[in-house]
Amino acid sequence: MPEVEIRNVTKRFGDIIAVDNVSLHVHDREYFALLGPSGCGKTTLLRLIAGLIKPDEGEIYIDGKLVNDVPPEDRGVGFVFQTFALFPHMNVWDNVTYGPRVKGWGEEKAARIAHEALEMVLLHERLDAYPNELSGGMMQRVAVARALCAGAKLLLLDEPLGQLDAKVRNQLRYEIRRMAKDLGLTAIHVTHDQAEAMAISDRIAVMRKGKILQVGTPQELYIKPKHIFVANFIGEANFLEGYVKEIKKNHSIVEIRGGIRIKIADKTFKRGERVVLAVRPETTIIEIGKARENNYINGKIERLRFEGTNVRYEIRLENEDEIVAIRPSMTEEWLDVGEKVVVHLPMNKIYVFPYPSKGLREELSVE
Amino acid sequence: MDKNEIYKTLDKLSSKKSIKYAVYLSSIVVFIAIILLPPIIGIILKWNLMGQIFEQPQLLDRALNAVYASFGVAFLVSTIDVLTGLPFAWLITRGKYRILGVLDTLADMPFIVPTTALGYSLMLFWSTPQGVSQLFNTESLVSPGWLLVILLHFVFSYPVVVRVLVGALMDYRMEYEEAARTLGAAPFTADRTVTLPIIKSSIIAAFTLAFARSISETGATMMVAGTFENGAIFIKNMKLQNNYGPMVFVSFVLIAISATIFAVIRILGTKFKLPIRRVWPNAERKLSSKGIANFRNTISIIIFFSLVIIPSIFVAFPAVSAVFTDTLMDAFAGRRVWADFWQSIGLSYGVGALATVINVIIGLPMAVLIARKTLGRSTANIFDILTDIPIIIPSTALGASLSIFWKESFAFLPEIWPLIFAHLAITYPYYVKSMAAAIQRISIEYEEAARTLGARPFTVFRTIIFPLTKYSLFAGAIMIFTRSVSETGATVAVVEQLRTAPVLLVKWIPKNGAPELPATSLDVALGCGFLIVLSFVILLILRLVVGGERKG
Repeated sequence: MPEVEIRNVTKRFGDIIAVDNVSLHVHDREYFALLGPSGCGKTTLLRLIAGLIKPDEGEIYIDGKLVNDVPPEDRGVGFVFQTFALFPHMNVWDNVTYGPRVKGWGEEKAARIAHEALEMVLLHERLDAYPNELSGGMMQRVAVARALCAGAKLLLLDEPLGQLDAKVRNQLRYEIRRMAKDLGLTAIHVTHDQAEAMAISDRIAVMRKGKILQVGTPQELYIKPKHIFVANFIGEANFLEGYVKEIKKNHSIVEIRGGIRIKIADKTFKRGERVVLAVRPETTIIEIGKARENNYINGKIERLRFEGTNVRYEIRLENEDEIVAIRPSMTEEWLDVGEKVVVHLPMNKIYVFPYPSKGLREELSVE
Repeated sequence: MDKNEIYKTLDKLSSKKSIKYAVYLSSIVVFIAIILLPPIIGIILKWNLMGQIFEQPQLLDRALNAVYASFGVAFLVSTIDVLTGLPFAWLITRGKYRILGVLDTLADMPFIVPTTALGYSLMLFWSTPQGVSQLFNTESLVSPGWLLVILLHFVFSYPVVVRVLVGALMDYRMEYEEAARTLGAAPFTADRTVTLPIIKSSIIAAFTLAFARSISETGATMMVAGTFENGAIFIKNMKLQNNYGPMVFVSFVLIAISATIFAVIRILGTKFKLPIRRVWPNAERKLSSKGIANFRNTISIIIFFSLVIIPSIFVAFPAVSAVFTDTLMDAFAGRRVWADFWQSIGLSYGVGALATVINVIIGLPMAVLIARKTLGRSTANIFDILTDIPIIIPSTALGASLSIFWKESFAFLPEIWPLIFAHLAITYPYYVKSMAAAIQRISIEYEEAARTLGARPFTVFRTIIFPLTKYSLFAGAIMIFTRSVSETGATVAVVEQLRTAPVLLVKWIPKNGAPELPATSLDVALGCGFLIVLSFVILLILRLVVGGERKG
């Protein structure tokens, strides 16, 4: 059964380093996501695994076997392209049976496997249709069925839902995961959509500028981001800049703009060190009243947006920083624009990062 | 009236429906009156003479053999072109070495060298003791005749085929091939079952263009044909004897068969399917090996250099030798045959420039009509097909019927006019096709955005379509100019007194012992050299223009 191991892989295109000394281990039967903004190197990494391009440095192992010099047709992978790449001159049946035919499996075996795959993707009635006669969702199903039919145990999906409408996308993402799990496949799914990655993956690797910043389960990445970019890219975060003022027995104190003191649980920073505090809007508490101790800051609601499940409040703090808080729309009472509130940042919900050497804006940039 | 006022007036006019229809209708009328009808009427005018040939069985045999030779050579050459051009185009587009860019540029060389110079170069290379024959210790390795005609037609149609196939492979989405590879197909299988069927229409287009070029070519063919006679040479020979009956007969047969072949290709081309269902995994895996690929690339490069490039540029050697003799001084001083040469160059370039300017003016509305379907989808489709006709009609046959039309119906016109009209007819479709394609590439949304922002049709053209297509317009203009300057077949058919440069060079070449005009072999070589240098200057301009487009 396929597990994938990438050791110190680098890929350059001219002066651009698309994948920079990346190491990664994808377990057998795992549904794994490579997540990151456009141009971060995730598709390049997927193409390296498929053998469509070769690494300049490093090694790639599939099922414990070094595959650097193995051509794509011998790697036993199924690749689903963002544009599906269904052969335009072949109908659904010929597309789906292409893999078995080029592998010389014989008509009977090819037909049996193709029928199974097409039943799985519910496209049995459209065998004679050509790709240009299918909807986006149907094309996506055919592309998956085609990859499965070739006997792939390792499914590589390059933004497979990127071209679909939101509703279809939400429906299909669970279907793909279910199929991969039912068939016991290992799947590596490239996406720039963090909600998609969170919803379907066992584990996620967050990439930026050719490097992997963090690998973990969706919960780990959300609850314990190790990198400031991850904190912002997975979910949403408010950022406040400050300096470590005091280090106490059980906590530290960070002073942010306006002399406001924030108590943090993290004690790994030195006194005087410049840091960034990150707090998720959903853990930022707003109440009517006035600040009375550390981690409570006075503010005023500047804008509010109804988002269906939640109401999103944009609050101007007394030190002129801006912060966002989210409250459930149906169970909490709504506050009004202009209302004076106190913002509470619970100590154990604050992530602390060293201030980035290239500046906060640059570090959070997805460009 | 200043520029802004002129723009305002044109803007107002362009908004009127009557003006819009007037522009398109005049373009249609000019196309029908000058390009489409004259060759058809030309044949109809002499239709009654066609019967003459049936009274002369020997001449009929000769005529039929000539027609057979034309199509035989064209079919053979186009097939070899595709079989050898495809691996070469593959090498250029898929190879990883920078040197392949040089091959790409070199492949254009025979394309821009005037075919007459090309014909002379090939004759020197294959048929004289100074050429390749030296290596084989013989006087003439390939004597003028059918084989040399095949070699010549291969050389001038090869770049067209390579250019079309390189374009197709560049536009091809590699994802299809990558998908096939990840599904288990070996490279050879992926190419055969996925890539080739997807670029099939371009392969057919390349074959068709090579076929049309081969059927039409006259000037260089006359140089290397010896006693071999194809349709184009037969027409020219009959014209010299003022024997109009057989000339019209062969013109009509060439046009009818060509039109039928192209219609069949157009209709059946889309339905024809390459055999892709059966796969032989083991054998095809072996054919995908690096050794086989290297062997194929090596053969492609050998064919390219030994059959295309070296014979094409071989004339450079005697041309350079001529520079160090009195011939160069004679040439610059206009002594002996050279006064005629410079006059013919002036005529060639003058006619070329005039044909280009007129084509740009009358062809642009037609290109817009086809690309934007301004008079409806079916009108656009009809004119798309009609503008193909001058391409598929052999240029000598076109010239022959045009000559009859203009001389019978407009005998008072000086000879220069039929010459210009013939060149217009031959170059018009190339311009309209390339401009229509360029306009089609621009999203209609740009125009719609401009209209919603308040621009009137003329302003939309001036500020959106023209800036975005101006490089294609220049490139198209230069292309038709070079085509006009190289043209020989239709030219010899329509003129008696006037001589363009290629026509003059043909007359300089010794046939059956002596040239028609008293020129030496150094004169011919230098004359070809001048034509090539001028063509290179044009290629340079073309490259700069196209380079500018790529950067833009």
